[in-house]
Amino acid sequence: MKVILKKGFNVFYSLPGFLWLFVFFIIPTLIIVVFSFLTPGLYGGAEMPFTLSSYARIFSSSGFWNILWRTIYISAISTILCLGLALPVSYFIATSKHKNFLLNLVIIPFWTNFLLRIFGWMVILGSNGLINSLLFNLGIIENPLNLLYKPWSVVIVIIYMYLPYMIFPIYSSIEKFNFNLLEAAMDLGATRSKAFWKVLIPAIKGGIAAGILLVFIPALGSYAIPQLVGGTEGAMLGNLIARELMVSRNWPSSSAISVVFLIITTFGLFVYLRINNRKVKNLKYVLRETYDIEGKENE
Amino acid sequence: MNSQKIIGKRRFSLLMTIFGFVFLYLPIAILVIMSFNDARQGVAWNGFTLKWYSELFKNGDIWKAFWSTAWIAFTSAAIATVIGTFTAIGFYWRKGKFKRIGSITILSPLIFPDILMGISLLIFFIALKFPLGYPTILIAHITFCISYVAIVVNSRLEDFDYSIIEAARDLGAKNMQVILKVIIPSVFPAIIAAFLLSVTLSVDDFVITFFVTGPGATTLPLQIYSMIKMGVSPIINALSTILLVLTLFVSFLGVKFQKFIF
Repeated sequence: MKVILKKGFNVFYSLPGFLWLFVFFIIPTLIIVVFSFLTPGLYGGAEMPFTLSSYARIFSSSGFWNILWRTIYISAISTILCLGLALPVSYFIATSKHKNFLLNLVIIPFWTNFLLRIFGWMVILGSNGLINSLLFNLGIIENPLNLLYKPWSVVIVIIYMYLPYMIFPIYSSIEKFNFNLLEAAMDLGATRSKAFWKVLIPAIKGGIAAGILLVFIPALGSYAIPQLVGGTEGAMLGNLIARELMVSRNWPSSSAISVVFLIITTFGLFVYLRINNRKVKNLKYVLRETYDIEGKENE
Repeated sequence: MNSQKIIGKRRFSLLMTIFGFVFLYLPIAILVIMSFNDARQGVAWNGFTLKWYSELFKNGDIWKAFWSTAWIAFTSAAIATVIGTFTAIGFYWRKGKFKRIGSITILSPLIFPDILMGISLLIFFIALKFPLGYPTILIAHITFCISYVAIVVNSRLEDFDYSIIEAARDLGAKNMQVILKVIIPSVFPAIIAAFLLSVTLSVDDFVITFFVTGPGATTLPLQIYSMIKMGVSPIINALSTILLVLTLFVSFLGVKFQKFIF
């Protein structure tokens, strides 16, 4: 009789999954990298020979740098504001008697379609929308304000979309926080605010870092939000990639911008892992923390 | 008990929480209220009406998009749940390089922005001369759902007592028997949760679908997008209200169903 010494199962069982991801995720990503070094075809597509001209073209275009810079600052501002709102909200929820109820309240808006929630903001910010009608009826303005199609309308909607991603990990780390530590700090003479900043915040920094990651990276990759509420003034990198591919039909250039984007995203991830001083294995833990909350409300 | 003293009066955090909830619910409330407003344009209240709902139900495009969204979501979630569950089981107890590379492979589709996956799949399909349409949408949805399923199941395996598997093996169970009769039943709630998560992700996906769709293929998010772009008709408000009620109902059922399993 054969004795099974190895723990677990044959890798064979996970082969279909990895094969699928290899064919439909890794290969397409590699194709983008290859295409970014090819010459644009006359009617879309890409041709030989290999060249660096796409990179040269995008790096020498001021439009690209403007949009890249805008993408980064829109995402950074949204992430910071999200954090500023999520910290007190998660603190309140984690210390509340009605935790589950309040967490469900945070999740419910998520059950509406993503685009419809963007549309809700278009109704609020539009030229004959809620804010303009209110201000007009109060006699404060005579002509409608242009609230849509600005970088900051993109910021508002990004905060709106990703706020729960910031709240969940912070909430779950505050929930695990031992409040006796705060008491001890205050017994030892720290003021409340000092105890907060020196004891609570360092203790939940893993949750904060996870929240920042979960908001900042998707914000960088926004496509639908700037497409609908950004206009030309609020266009982001995702819109530029799509425009190069679909309007200019310049595949290598679109691929090159995608590669730059890929590098920025990976870099963001790398910085996160460094700051958090954890390895990839623990990224799984972070995701688990996030999804566990969702799991919990289902239980 | 002096915990109140430690936690504080929470005046500031209460204020921010109220603000946060107003912020979260305002756009949705507006859509629901406007769906009963008789006015075609603007937010001024013009009287109660249900006509947007009747127009919505008469709209053939929306029905077509609704049914294609439904079958795409259930098909891709079912396929991804089977593949993803086995991926997690075959992979969870591995160690070393395989585990590291595998983790990165599974996590990457979740971490990299949707737009990159959309663009790269589009270029991949066109380069292979693969006709764009429902099959490509299905493939794309299965791809990102596999990752989610594998992660959800994987995280439940962490709470799984390995000695149960050893016991089953000692009693002569083959690998497949162990998986089907021991592991899957005990992580079944996670598998159901992963399936439901996949359904919602597929139903809600716009960006990736937008890039890999082809002539004639449409889903609800694509339909909503074109309605928003084309000029706003209040039937969108009616649609949002119905979707909100529907998703609330489905989630409620999900909660009940999970309780039933436990």
